[in-house]
Amino acid sequence: MIVAGVDIGAGTSKAVLLDGGTGQVVAKVSQRSGARLDQAGALVLAAVLEKAGLRREDVAYVASTGYGRYQLPGRDIQITEVTCHARGAHFLFPGTRCLLDIGAQSTRAIHVDGKGRVLQFKMNDRCAAGAGRFLERVARALEVPLEELGPLSLRSADPQAISSICAVLAESEVINLVTSGKATEDILMGAHLSIAERALALLRQVGVEDEITLTGGITLNPGMRKALEQRLGRALNVSPDAVYAGALGAALLGLVRLRKRGDAG
Amino acid sequence: MITAGVDVGSTTSKAVILDGDRQILGTSLLPTGANVVRAAERAFREALTAAKRDEEEAGYVIGTGYGRYKISFGDDQVTEIGCHARGAHFLFPDTRTIVDIGGQDTKAIRVNDRGEVLDFCMNDKCAAGTGRFLDACANVLGMTLEEIGPASLRSEKALRITNVCTVFVESEIISQLARGEKVEDILRGVHQAIAGRTAGLVRRVGTNPAVTFTGGVSRNGGMVKSLEEKLAVPVNVSPLSQWMGALGAALIALERVEGGAVRRVPATGGAA
Repeated sequence: MIVAGVDIGAGTSKAVLLDGGTGQVVAKVSQRSGARLDQAGALVLAAVLEKAGLRREDVAYVASTGYGRYQLPGRDIQITEVTCHARGAHFLFPGTRCLLDIGAQSTRAIHVDGKGRVLQFKMNDRCAAGAGRFLERVARALEVPLEELGPLSLRSADPQAISSICAVLAESEVINLVTSGKATEDILMGAHLSIAERALALLRQVGVEDEITLTGGITLNPGMRKALEQRLGRALNVSPDAVYAGALGAALLGLVRLRKRGDAG
Repeated sequence: MITAGVDVGSTTSKAVILDGDRQILGTSLLPTGANVVRAAERAFREALTAAKRDEEEAGYVIGTGYGRYKISFGDDQVTEIGCHARGAHFLFPDTRTIVDIGGQDTKAIRVNDRGEVLDFCMNDKCAAGTGRFLDACANVLGMTLEEIGPASLRSEKALRITNVCTVFVESEIISQLARGEKVEDILRGVHQAIAGRTAGLVRRVGTNPAVTFTGGVSRNGGMVKSLEEKLAVPVNVSPLSQWMGALGAALIALERVEGGAVRRVPATGGAA
């Protein structure tokens, strides 16, 4: 019995197939959402099925989450990203008590109990400051490919403070820093620290408690991890699968629902 | 004797040369770019050239705008708020409220019958509602800033923009395009969104007629219309609205000369 979790994000869409019998992940896929959010979910689900060599009718239950969760045709349920990320982080790191989910367009700090249930959360989804898009803008202004942002920032010896909170105004500030001869890696580290400050302000509002797990697209960026750990003074749980935390959580919660339905029937 | 006002904005630099009778002899306008010091110098020189005057004739020079402290040849600096108020009052003496939308900030200013600042409100923390917001929208649509205002006026059905953040609005526009929405309807929504935010700022200082619209964005006819709708009053716009800060600075410089002030910065020897 296969359960699918589909996380339709503003930047990327992720899909995970879970084997309900073994509790193991069968396949996972992450790809750009693109402009058509109404198609992104169906496309990523088709991609993960193809990767696993399965057909749509092999999937017993589909749970969607993320910004575009209402736009997946044929879903059995949609669950908020907060609940899903909490569940996914708990699966990856059972000791998780706090998680920071930094996505393309939103940042969330979530406090969970020992079972991965949400106790409290704070989020910013009104403004790109403190979200992945801020870094994308800075990368564009500096003409650095996204995947090199993190590694390059780690070489910084003298991080440059970025005073603009707004991602758009920060772009002009970055250009001025470049003109005044500051090194690219120092400007980049400054941008990472700026996001870290804003994300940690959210985290402090829900209460900081170990272990802290990082989820969302930003977990792939080692510079972000360093900036967060440096500002927080604590180590963070990071896993290459943390990008899939939302989709994974959706699949796990979907499995619970499916079993309940089975028991009732 | 002439005086000069140099307005170094985040996006463009402007200068105005005035004679002793408050006649405008010459103006200049150029992109500020990354080198603020040079942009200020070039704006000053180009305005002198347009006025066919020499730097030695300058009785007093005042700098204003975001880059005013980078002006090496200025005798003094005055905030852009004071300068826009002074310039708007000169062109439209009945002005009581000034809306200045520039490249990176938006200001609402309340003035008295002498053009003196009584109160002001400003957004310079966030690009929403500024020229940069329009710039970003034009970019996404592959249009120039000059094209978007007229295009928005062709709309018959404004689309609502739900995001505030400029970055998110870019994605929202891409989604609207993907759904097959018309460019002019998207643009009308964009203009209404900025006008709505600006009107919120204006209400904080009070919407007292006459309202004068200054700054680079006032050249956009779509913005003028949207602002008039949101404020529910007609809005004064001058062909010189982009030079309002520089004009105000030059007027203040002239008042200083009339009050006995003399130029402290020696001429660099540059000719017209």
